[in-house]
Amino acid sequence: MTNKPIEGEMRVFMTGNEAVCWAALAAGAEFMYGYPITPQNEIMHCWNRMAPKYHRGFLQTEDELSAGFCCIGGILGGKRVFTGTAGPGTVLMQEPLAMAEMMRIPMVTVICQRGGPSTATVIYSQQETTLTCFGGNGEGYRIVYSTAGQQDLFDYTIKAFNTAWKYRFPTFILGDGYQSKMRETLTIYDPEARGIQMVETQPLMGSVGMPGRDREPVHLRNTYNMEDELYEVIKEMDEDFWRIAPEIIEYQAFGNDDAELVIISHGIVSRAAKGAVEYLRQKGLKVGYFRPITLRPFPREALRDGVKKAKKILVAESAMGQLEGIIKEELYGLTIPIEGYFRPGEGITVEEIAEEAQKIISKREVLN
Amino acid sequence: MITTPQPAMPIVWRSETKPHKFCPGCGHPLVLKVLGEAIEELKIEEKTIFGCDIGCSLLAWDFFNLDTVQTHHGRTTPVIVGLHRARPDLIGIAYMGDGGGYAIGSQHLVNAATRNEKILVILVNNTQYAMTGGQMAPTTLPNQKTETSPYGRDPENTGKPTLGPEMIRAIAPNEAYVARGTVARLPQLKRYIKKGLENVISGKGFAFIEALSLCPTNWRTNAEETWRFLEKDMHRNFPVGELNPSKEGVN
Repeated sequence: MTNKPIEGEMRVFMTGNEAVCWAALAAGAEFMYGYPITPQNEIMHCWNRMAPKYHRGFLQTEDELSAGFCCIGGILGGKRVFTGTAGPGTVLMQEPLAMAEMMRIPMVTVICQRGGPSTATVIYSQQETTLTCFGGNGEGYRIVYSTAGQQDLFDYTIKAFNTAWKYRFPTFILGDGYQSKMRETLTIYDPEARGIQMVETQPLMGSVGMPGRDREPVHLRNTYNMEDELYEVIKEMDEDFWRIAPEIIEYQAFGNDDAELVIISHGIVSRAAKGAVEYLRQKGLKVGYFRPITLRPFPREALRDGVKKAKKILVAESAMGQLEGIIKEELYGLTIPIEGYFRPGEGITVEEIAEEAQKIISKREVLN
Repeated sequence: MITTPQPAMPIVWRSETKPHKFCPGCGHPLVLKVLGEAIEELKIEEKTIFGCDIGCSLLAWDFFNLDTVQTHHGRTTPVIVGLHRARPDLIGIAYMGDGGGYAIGSQHLVNAATRNEKILVILVNNTQYAMTGGQMAPTTLPNQKTETSPYGRDPENTGKPTLGPEMIRAIAPNEAYVARGTVARLPQLKRYIKKGLENVISGKGFAFIEALSLCPTNWRTNAEETWRFLEKDMHRNFPVGELNPSKEGVN
């Protein structure tokens, strides 16, 4: 394809939704299906404006269910297809995602978290974390990248297509409305210019030859008759997932070698946490930072290693303990007390985390 | 070597998965047989992809020598739409029952029709949700007893049976092909299916065929009663024939 949306690389100033759109274009995504829901709409708006020039397809479907299932259809035909949604749309999207999960269909979904549950607010929260990781009536064999800004949105949207098509698990870019709508600078690039090779797609259905004569027909189902059949299928999926997990896991951490308090956060809140930890360190306080980038599979070993000297953990999130719940599972067996700073639906600032951390530290000193 | 003579079946009939899993007396194998014949007569075996729904239609998942995908309930239409849009070289058939088409999947069916998606939808109507044990469906007849209308369907409470092809004809553009056939007249049903496929292949537009069918298992009818229910009661409520665009049609 000589008609590339981005040649080389360039510095731009754009919204998160635009960054996602440009990344999908640069990654060679061929179709987007979507349904209007704030705060992801501009991904569709941008895509629709760019699509004709780069010969990409789009359909606004009648709802999120259809968007998801049309994605699946397109992927079965061998194309890179993605969708975006938020809030109540994410709830509906679990329907097609459950089918993608069972059938190992490389579906790429951008989730722009908004307030929940139900309609709530249109703009921001981190309340779709457990839904994105574990939604659907299964075990949650999904890959979830939690982004913290425009550069992440661009980088991980490209990566998501490769992760999905290489490992065949539904893959998510978990952002939020703040990232979607704010503007900041980032570098957008042609993946080739950075040495990134896009994983090739191939059709799961409709490949060359007559089924029954030239080749076996492809018969795909998500239904099983016998319990033991299903058990074997899930066991294999589980083994696949955890075997490839080390290749996928990503996280960021610093200051944990001697940290007495480790602050754990994900997504955009991690930027506030970073600022807080840097500030507190300057004041001589032994605080560490841990940010899981892949929430699923979770960087368990890295986290357990990062907190091993900690006397306390502070989890900061714009939800009522969704990340904390995941952390507790990952840290099972350890007895480090965990405190949560929960602000469902509200943004969290550097100052707020720093203040919370200092409260915890001073309380401990008093108790000691 | 002595082999049991087999009746001539269409090329796409996959013998490795026969005998099929439908109930004795089911209408699905009849519909699928004429569908297979239509595909063979049009010589489109290499280009056809088949999608089936949840319910008894899912038993067709390995029926044909065709690439097949079994989907979630009511979602066969959008999966085939997505597949066809990605691969316009392929002929997409979405196969479902009356529950999948007129209840849970109705918004997908309606929107595919109004968009004139170039796919064929075959909806097999046996007036109830068979696989799950015979619950009331949009096409259940007034006073018909089902598991969720054990005293007979009360139209005052639950409405009258859905006239699907009539609805589709009213909202789809004139280029769409719409018909209602019956397993009581298989040559006619095959003719409709072929016309539907030709409509899609030519790029003219959407094709929708409802096939009136049998379910002695859930109707709890013997052979004679089964055919009588279809040919007397169902044919009376659901007129058989092609639905042509009206002359005053909006589209």
